[in-house]
Amino acid sequence: MEYFVQQLINGITLGSIYGLIAIGYTMVYGIIGMINFAHGDIFMVGAFTALIAFLVLVALGVSAVPLALFIVLLVSMALTALYGWTVERIAYRPLRQSSRLAPLISAIGMSIILQNYVQVAQGARVKPLPPLVSGGYTLLHGNDFAVRLSNIQIVVVVTTFALMAGFSFLVARTRLGRNMRACEQDLKMAALLGIDVDRTISLTFVIGAALAAVAGLMFLLYYGVVDFFIGFLAGVKAFTAAVLGGIGSLPGAMLGGILIGLIETLWSAYFSIEYKDVAAFAILIIVLIFLPTGILGRPEVEKV
Amino acid sequence: MSAAQILNVEHLTMRFGGLVAVSALSFSARVHEITALIGPNGAGKTTLFNCITGFYKPTVGRLQLTHPDGSSFLLERLPEFRIAREARVARTFQNVRLFAGMTLLENLLVAQHNALMLASGFTVLGLFGSRAYARAEARAIDKARYWLDRIGLAARADDPAGALPYGAQRRLEIARALCTDPVLLCLDEPAAGLNNRESAELNLLLRAIRDEHGTSILLIEHDMGVVMEISDHIVVLDYGVKIADGAPAEVRNDAKVIAAYLGVADAEVEHAEAEAAP
Amino acid sequence: MSERAPRVPRESGRFNPREVLAAAKEAAVAALVALGLFVLLIGVRTDQGPTGALVIRTRFGALAAIVAAVFVGRLVLALARHDARLSIGRLAPAALRAALSGLGIYAAAAFLAFALIVPIVFYTDRYLLDLAILIVTYTMLGFGLNIVVGLAGLLDLGYVAFYAVGAYSYALIAQHFGLSFWICLPLAGILAAFAGLILGFPVLRLRGDYLAIVTLGFGEIIRLILLNWQDLTGGPNGISEIARPSFFGLPFNSTAHGFAATFGLTYSPTHRIVFLYYIILALALITNWVTLRLRRLPIGRAWEALREDEIACRALGINTTTTKLTAFAMGAMFGGFAGAFFATRQGFISPESFTFGESALVLTIVVLGGRGSQLGVAVAATVMLGGFEFFREFEQYRMLVFGAAMVAIVIYRPRGLVATRTPSVSLGARTDIPAAIAGGARTETPA
Repeated sequence: MEYFVQQLINGITLGSIYGLIAIGYTMVYGIIGMINFAHGDIFMVGAFTALIAFLVLVALGVSAVPLALFIVLLVSMALTALYGWTVERIAYRPLRQSSRLAPLISAIGMSIILQNYVQVAQGARVKPLPPLVSGGYTLLHGNDFAVRLSNIQIVVVVTTFALMAGFSFLVARTRLGRNMRACEQDLKMAALLGIDVDRTISLTFVIGAALAAVAGLMFLLYYGVVDFFIGFLAGVKAFTAAVLGGIGSLPGAMLGGILIGLIETLWSAYFSIEYKDVAAFAILIIVLIFLPTGILGRPEVEKV
Repeated sequence: MSAAQILNVEHLTMRFGGLVAVSALSFSARVHEITALIGPNGAGKTTLFNCITGFYKPTVGRLQLTHPDGSSFLLERLPEFRIAREARVARTFQNVRLFAGMTLLENLLVAQHNALMLASGFTVLGLFGSRAYARAEARAIDKARYWLDRIGLAARADDPAGALPYGAQRRLEIARALCTDPVLLCLDEPAAGLNNRESAELNLLLRAIRDEHGTSILLIEHDMGVVMEISDHIVVLDYGVKIADGAPAEVRNDAKVIAAYLGVADAEVEHAEAEAAP
Repeated sequence: MSERAPRVPRESGRFNPREVLAAAKEAAVAALVALGLFVLLIGVRTDQGPTGALVIRTRFGALAAIVAAVFVGRLVLALARHDARLSIGRLAPAALRAALSGLGIYAAAAFLAFALIVPIVFYTDRYLLDLAILIVTYTMLGFGLNIVVGLAGLLDLGYVAFYAVGAYSYALIAQHFGLSFWICLPLAGILAAFAGLILGFPVLRLRGDYLAIVTLGFGEIIRLILLNWQDLTGGPNGISEIARPSFFGLPFNSTAHGFAATFGLTYSPTHRIVFLYYIILALALITNWVTLRLRRLPIGRAWEALREDEIACRALGINTTTTKLTAFAMGAMFGGFAGAFFATRQGFISPESFTFGESALVLTIVVLGGRGSQLGVAVAATVMLGGFEFFREFEQYRMLVFGAAMVAIVIYRPRGLVATRTPSVSLGARTDIPAAIAGGARTETPA
């Protein structure tokens, strides 16, 4: 029982990170109907940016961890957002009018570029970081097992939900959010009504990348280690989360993220750790086949 | 007019979420006739077509197709490709769907896929150059050439379909549907975007299809000139409901039809949304 | 650059100051963006220090060089836009296209003739022979994937799975049942095709981009299974000492029953390499022949029609699921043959050889070659793999170049090197269909 509760806590923490990445997939898919295959790698870039920013701050003598983390958060969100913007500008915008496969191939190319760029620039070896947020609370005492809720888990979950709330507000209440929803309905019509479609799409990528950067920082803090390849798996899992929750739906992305986090954690805890990634891929396939509109998605009617 | 029925639609309802696109519609189309479906935008005509050809599964209702030889099919139970292959219902699309990068001839050969597939021994015989397949292919090419002649495009057989002008693309799409040897041909606004001369040619073609090949035709059309001239029977839809059904002369004088069409300006605005939604 | 210099007739470089200023501004913005992108990831390098903790060192020189390069590059591009003579971007592909589609059949024949004499010309150069085998192997994989991606228009990101199934099938059957290469080869192909059917059946109903992701998932699942099912596959250690092919029962070794001794030749390890080269060349040519043949049959036409408009296909009575499935299985089968060949050539296989990178490489070859064009695929495989070898010292940059090539191709040359399509049947003389009309160009507006 205690073991199970512990796995739930771990799963929700992990799921929050997936949820943050999933938002980027869901938003882009909602607006331009493409899978931004490079988004997982944007997340990886976010994690690296955060890592380096932190090391630079330490070198500059900023020693208060909360202050340093706050600055790191802002810097990595800003710089990663720039990556999101650049990727859209270079690889996707010229293909807005082309067939469906072209942007996908371009996105795969971008994903390969980002991965190998970071590998070349920072080396292929893993980058460890000592735990910055330590401590925690013991919630339950079992006979031989204590359930712990660590501070870092609190930070991850609270940050995620705060961002999620802020972001929902943005989409529901602001002008930008309205433009985004208009573009989601009908790009051409939105353009005719005077909405700057290019700008709206760019901003969607920027926001998605900024959230991915937050996820990157959380990942770095939680696991204390990053490498250039983390974007691939995290990307696939977050994409699964987005599809599971219902692609195009923001609460769906969050819900999907948490479900995937729980499934992965419980699978590793009770079945087999070797096959945990197989489980992730298998869920992706099963969901796409049997529940292509996801839990909170709208059913799609084929245009004939 | 007591000819046999080819298509019998009973209590057909199609709902998309909260929107009822077609509501408890019943009518029938007779064999060897041209039946026209008319009505303002958003009346549910294309939705009805999609139900008949299997692209949508109706929420409620029965669609019975009876071949002249007496065999009959319940269309709501078949997937779309079997409706085309077995029930032999062919269709065209409101916004032309040709294989743009393939030649006219190839377009018409793809339409004969099932027959050719059988002749090629599901590819195995064809792969080793069987003679029977070569003969079947020659026959298929002859048939394609015949229809290209009929639509006046024989000279362009080897051009890509995407390079044709719009009117010719519409005709090619009809020819492609005819290459499947349909019993019922469903045409979705075949005269849209045609000029007067092209539209007159289309009338001749459709009549010839009915008279020479005995194909029954179901037609959605906005061009009243075309509808009144060639239809044997007209069904009028408005808001997904049938408001009139009869010979052209009867329908023309029907009070409800006049009201629906005079009110078309308002209805169009109100229902532009409904048209866009499904 | 003065305002007006009519007396100095300079052919290229007559820009008015406003244009130059605008270009400079554009370049400055680009440089600023580049600075933002690279300041941390390139400007600062992290490494593990002696204590295990990360230490940083700055690389502002490299950063400055890259930012400057972006500035200059952007400036040149912006100026080139104003002067048609400078637009290199348009000239090069046009020349290439003319060269390739104008020569067409001759180019293909010359290419084939060259492929046939490679082992004779380069008999003494073991390194080049190995490279040639590699190129032909990827050409064959490209042909196989071309059926799926180029003809049927289904984006398969997990093609390497079938390559792996073929390789492991061959290795395991050969090891456990002691069967020869020539019996195992068709078995490996059949098993891969079977895997294609099993994997394809549930997923081929999915829309294009979902299909792509699912195939990627299958590719990874197969790799992870190979990695973790230690008892069967040997896990990360793979399978070694895989049986080598024999020449009608004559092994390539220095014994009295060997190939060399039987034909009275002096034993040389090159015999086996040449033999392998001709095996893979024959396999690739068979794949090519079958593909060309299929294109002219109803199934091939249905594949292409499927790529052009799936809904129209369904309205014409084509069962799109089985049609896609045949394309998938056919592609998988050729992938399986190539995999079996790979296993016998290497003598050793492990999951490392079957990563997503391989799928991406084959896909790039197909996309670069021109989806649907056989000659294009062969040329693309030669250019890509030859290029990799040529720039061997820069190996760490090769995947980077690869990704950049993929992006650049879809943007500047979305239909690949050979962008025309030859009709499968015609009444008169066959003329190629230009890329602008050929399939995939159709814009799909999202619902």
